[in-house]
Amino acid sequence: MNTPFRAPGHGHVDRDTTLSFTFDGTAYTGHPGDTLASALLANGVHHVADSIKHGRPRGVLAAGAEEPNALVQIEAPFPEPMLTATTVELYDGLVARGLSGQGRLSSEPDTARYDTMHAHCDLLVVGAGPAGLATTLAAARSGARVILVDELPQPGGSLLGSQELLEGAPAKAWVDEVVAELDGLADVRILQRTTAFGHYDDGLVLALEKRTDHLGAAAPPHVSRQRIWRIRARQVVYATGAYERPVAFDDNDRPGIMLAGSARTYLNRFGVLPGEQAVVFTTNDSAYPAALELADAGVRIAAVIDAREEVPEHWRTACDERGIGIRAGHVVTGTSGIERVTRAHVAPFGHGDLGERQGIDCDLLLVSGGWNPAVALFSQARGTLRYDAGIGAFVPGEALRTVRAAGSADGTFTLSGCLADGVDAAWQALSAISRTGQMIALPTPAPLPEAAPTRVLWRVPSPQEGLDGVLQFVDLQRDATVSDVLRATGAGLRSVEHVKRYTTIGTAHDQGRTSGVMTSGIVAEALGVDVADLGTMRLRPPAVPVAFAALAGRNRGELFDPVRVTALHPWHVEQGALFEDVGQWKRPWYYPRPGETMDESVLRECRAARTGVAMMDGSTLGKINVQGPDAGVLLDRLYTNLMSTLKVGRVRYGVMCGVDGMAIDDGTVIRVAEQEFLLTTTTGNAAKILEWMEEWLQTEWPDLRVHLTSVTEHWVTIPLVGPRSRDVLALVAPDLDVDNDAFPFMSWKDTTVAGVAARVCRISFSGELAYEINVPAWYGITVWKALYTAGSEFGLTTYGTETMHVLRAEKAYPIIGQDTDGTITPQDLGMSWVVSKKKPDFVGKRSFTRAENQRDDRKQLVGLLPVDERVLLPEGAQIIATSDIPAPPVPMLGHVTSSYRSDALQRTFALALVRSGTRRIGETLYVPLDGRTVPVTVTDPVLFDKEGARRDG
Amino acid sequence: MTVETPIRFSPLSEWQDDFAQLPTGLQVRELPYLTQLTLRVAPGSAAAKAVESALDITLPGPLRAELSGDVKVLWMGPDEWLLAAPEGLQDELLAQLRSAIGDEFAAVTDVSAQRTTLALSGHLVREVLAQGCAIDLDPRATPVGSCLTTLLAQAPITLVVRGEGASSVWLLVRSSFASYLATWLVDAGTEYRGSSG
Repeated sequence: MNTPFRAPGHGHVDRDTTLSFTFDGTAYTGHPGDTLASALLANGVHHVADSIKHGRPRGVLAAGAEEPNALVQIEAPFPEPMLTATTVELYDGLVARGLSGQGRLSSEPDTARYDTMHAHCDLLVVGAGPAGLATTLAAARSGARVILVDELPQPGGSLLGSQELLEGAPAKAWVDEVVAELDGLADVRILQRTTAFGHYDDGLVLALEKRTDHLGAAAPPHVSRQRIWRIRARQVVYATGAYERPVAFDDNDRPGIMLAGSARTYLNRFGVLPGEQAVVFTTNDSAYPAALELADAGVRIAAVIDAREEVPEHWRTACDERGIGIRAGHVVTGTSGIERVTRAHVAPFGHGDLGERQGIDCDLLLVSGGWNPAVALFSQARGTLRYDAGIGAFVPGEALRTVRAAGSADGTFTLSGCLADGVDAAWQALSAISRTGQMIALPTPAPLPEAAPTRVLWRVPSPQEGLDGVLQFVDLQRDATVSDVLRATGAGLRSVEHVKRYTTIGTAHDQGRTSGVMTSGIVAEALGVDVADLGTMRLRPPAVPVAFAALAGRNRGELFDPVRVTALHPWHVEQGALFEDVGQWKRPWYYPRPGETMDESVLRECRAARTGVAMMDGSTLGKINVQGPDAGVLLDRLYTNLMSTLKVGRVRYGVMCGVDGMAIDDGTVIRVAEQEFLLTTTTGNAAKILEWMEEWLQTEWPDLRVHLTSVTEHWVTIPLVGPRSRDVLALVAPDLDVDNDAFPFMSWKDTTVAGVAARVCRISFSGELAYEINVPAWYGITVWKALYTAGSEFGLTTYGTETMHVLRAEKAYPIIGQDTDGTITPQDLGMSWVVSKKKPDFVGKRSFTRAENQRDDRKQLVGLLPVDERVLLPEGAQIIATSDIPAPPVPMLGHVTSSYRSDALQRTFALALVRSGTRRIGETLYVPLDGRTVPVTVTDPVLFDKEGARRDG
Repeated sequence: MTVETPIRFSPLSEWQDDFAQLPTGLQVRELPYLTQLTLRVAPGSAAAKAVESALDITLPGPLRAELSGDVKVLWMGPDEWLLAAPEGLQDELLAQLRSAIGDEFAAVTDVSAQRTTLALSGHLVREVLAQGCAIDLDPRATPVGSCLTTLLAQAPITLVVRGEGASSVWLLVRSSFASYLATWLVDAGTEYRGSSG
C-alpha cells in the first residue's frame, strides 16, 4: 500500500512487516514501531479530531505524552476511550476514531487481566534517555539495586528522535551497548512501556506498564494487559526529559502545525515526513537541527522565522548550504487553511511592534518556543521549581534528600551535558545512601557550537484590532485561548492556580504540558510581574491518564473484597441458604425451602425456634481470651457492670460504653478459670473491641497484669435454640447432665458433643431455652451435622440472621449499631440494670452524670405496634406526633430502628428510638409512609414473654 | 459402643485439586491442623525465661522466627509469639508451658484452629507474593527466618521465609480468609499458565 510520507532510510520501524488499521472508517497501513499518530502522518492524515468547544479541525501537535489534540477512541480489538494517538502503539487490526474531547466507556466488560507488582530498589531511574542510561549504568556498576522505567517501547529516549552521533557512530549503538550490560546484571530491572505517574511519601512511585496493549488481538489472554508497579525506592532520579512548548499566535491550532522537535522525532524515530513544504518558527537554536534534518530528508523548508535578531553563524551557514532562507527578528502572526495549514503569515517583530505581514505557503508549520523540563514527578515529590530566565522555563531547584532530576529534566540541554549530569545524579543518589558510584567512561558526542540564548516569547500580538488573543489557543484540548487568560486576569485573578480553574487550562489529559508555563508567561505579562515570582501550576498525580481497571488490578470479581466465611459455610451453600454481608463476612440470612418467600421462610424459622428447636451459625461472634491476675479488674473497668465477681463456670451479659457513656458493644463474659475469662463481641466489632481493650491496657493501665488474645476463629459457635433444644443436646452430649438444676441458665460446661471436646454455654439471644455450643473450628461441620441429625426427630430447623433478629427484637435485645447510633446510653435502652451503681469507676461512668444524659426527654428504646397489624414499617422511618404532616420543619420524635413480622405475635412490630419514649408508652404516634401517615401504638419494648418464663424450657 | 474419631476439616481441604493445577514454580500445600498457641509474655521476664527453658529455645526478636526445633516460634509483636508445632500437641504443650510459667505472669492460649498454614515453594513464589505483598523479599532484606505480619492482597497474613529468596515460605492466614487467599493464589497462577514455570 502507498504510504507517501515515509522517508527512505530513516526511522526504527520494521518496514518488512505491514500492519493494517482503520481510522475514522478508512483503512490504512503502518509498521511495527509506529504509533497511531506516526502511521496516520505517514499516510498524510493530519486532521485527527475536532476541538471540543469550537469544533475546529485539529491535528497532531506532538510526538508523545504532551500531545494536546490527537485524542482517539479505540473501538477494536478492545474498546478504550481517550488515548493520545501519539502514545498508542500501532498493531494489526486497530480500529480507532478521532475524539472531540470526550470519550465513551465501553458497555462491554473488559475481559483483560490487570495486575499489580511491588518492587524495591536502592535507586529508581525514570527515563531511559541519555541521562537516565548514564545514571543507571553508573549506579548499577556500583552494585546498587536499580530499577529503570521508560515509557517508550525501546530505550534511548530523545536519542531515538535525533541524528546525533556518539563516538562518531549513531547514538543507538551506545544505547544497545549500555542496555546489554545492564541486562546482564541481576540487580537491575529495566521496564519499557512503563510510565511513572505518581510520586508518594517515603519513596513510593507508581508506574503503569503496558504489557500487551501493543499486541492487539494477539495479546495472550492469561497475561495481564497492564500492570501497576508499586516501586519503593530509597533514591529516585527523574531523567524524564523536556517538553517543547509552542508560541501562541492567531490560528495556531490548524492541522499541520507541529512542534519542531516532534517533527524531528517523526522523521528519525518513525521515518515519517510530516509535510512537503515547511515554515519553521523558532525562538531558540533547537529548531535548526530539526529544519536541517527534515530538509536533508526531502522536506522543502520555505523559511526559518527566528524571533531573535541575531542568528548564530553556524546555523545561518548550514541553512545557506541548503538554500533555506532565515528571517531574523520575525514572528509568525497567523495562519490560513481549513483542514490543514496552507500559509503562514510572517511579520517583523523587532521592538515589540509588528511590521508588515507577508504570507508564505506551507503545509507544515513547525514551532519551537523553547523547552520545559518534565518536572511533573519531581514537583509531585514536593521538589521546588526555579524559573530559569535563560531558557524561559521552570527547572528543579535544590535536589531533595531522596529525589533529584537529571539531564534535560534538570535544565541541561546538550547531549554531553545530559550524560555527565546523569552520572552526577547517580553519584549523589548513591552517596545519600552511603554507597559509592562508579566512574564510567562517557561517549563523546559530535562537537556542538555554543548555544545562543533563547528569546523568551509566550505569544505574538494579534495583528487584528479588537481580536487580541481570541484565536490564540493556549490549551488546545480545552479550547482555551489567550483572551480567556486575559479575561481571568481582568476579573482580578492573580494566581496561576486560580487562572487554571477559571480557564480550565492544564486540566485535560495532558495536564497542560504545552500550555501551563505559557499560561504563567501570559499572566505575568498581563499583570506586569516577573514570571519567576508568579510561579507555575502545581502538578499532581496521576501524571498520565491511568485506567481504573489497571488501578483495580486483580481486585475485581470474587477478589474485589475478601469474603470471610465460617467453617460451616460449605454446608450453608449446599442447603441453599441466602447470605447476608456483615462486614466482610458472608452469614446465612435465611434458608428458603422451594417456593417459599423470604417472609415465609423467616416465619417458619421463627416458629421452629419458639415451638420446637432450631440452630444457627454464630461463629462470626468476636471472641477474646483475657488472662492474668488482673483480668477481672480490667473487665470491671471496661464493662458497665461488675465482672470480677463472676464465678468460674458462670456467664454474665455485659455492655461496654465509650468515654462518652454511649453503648459501643455488648456480649457475654464467661469465667474460664480464676485468672481467665472469655468474652464475646458483636460480629462487626470484633477487631475494634480488641483494639479498644488493648489501647486502654497499653496506654492507660500498663500496670495491669492482663493479656488479651483473639480466639474468634478458633471456635465454631452454634446456638441451639428452642423448647426442644435440651432434648437434642442430650442426644449428642451423653456425658452432660442437661437438667436445669445441674446446668442452669448463665452457666457453662466443658463436655463432649458428637465426640468432640466442646464448651457449652446456657445463654439465650431469643428468650427461649438455648445453648451455645463451641468446638474447635475443624470439627464444626461434624458437630453441626450431628446436631442436625439428632434434631431431625424434633423438626430441628436451621435459621439465619433474619430470624435471629426477629427473635431478639421480640425480646427487645438491642443490636448495638442498629438500635443505637453512638448517642444511646444503656439507660436509653432500658438497661439501667446493666450499669453498676457499686463500682468506683468504669469507662463511661462519669458521662452518665452529665446533665444531658440525665434529661428525661432523651430518645429511648420502645416498641411500636402498627395499628394495622399487617403494616411493616420501614427501618429508618421517622416518627411524628400528629396524623397530619405539618408544614416543614416537621418535628421528628425519633425513628424506627428494627421492624419485622412476628410469628409469635402474629403481627408486625418494630423497635424505635423515640424522644421521651418511656413516658409515651400507650400513646399513638404516626409514621409518614407513602404520602400518608400510619398510626402506631407505643409499647414497652419487650413484646414477647415479658416474664421470662421460657428461658428454662 | 464404638468410639469413633470425629471427622475434621481444614479450611482448605477442598483446594488440593486447584493447587495441583498450579505451575511447578508455584507449589502450594496446606499444612492443616498444626498445633498453634499464642504466647503473650514480656520479653526478658521470668515467665519468658521459663518458656525459653521449657522449649530449649530463645524467643526470637522482632520480625524473626525460630525454626530450628519441632516447636517453631514466630514473633508476632513486642510481647506476642505464635508457637507452631506438629498436630495434636496443643493440650500437652499448653499444659507444659503453663506449668513452666507457674505463678509468673504470661498468657498461653490455644488458637490451633484460628489460622491455617500454607507452604509455598518454587521459583515463582517471590514474584507471585510481590503481586500482593509490599514487603521486600530480597534475601538481603528478608533472609531465611524472617517473620512478617502483613497483608497479602487484602488478607492479613503472617509470612515466614523458609528458603533463600522466598523460594519457600509459610503463610499463616486466619481460617475465614483462607479461601479468599487460595482464590487469589490460584488466580495469580493464571499469568504463568503454559509457561515452563
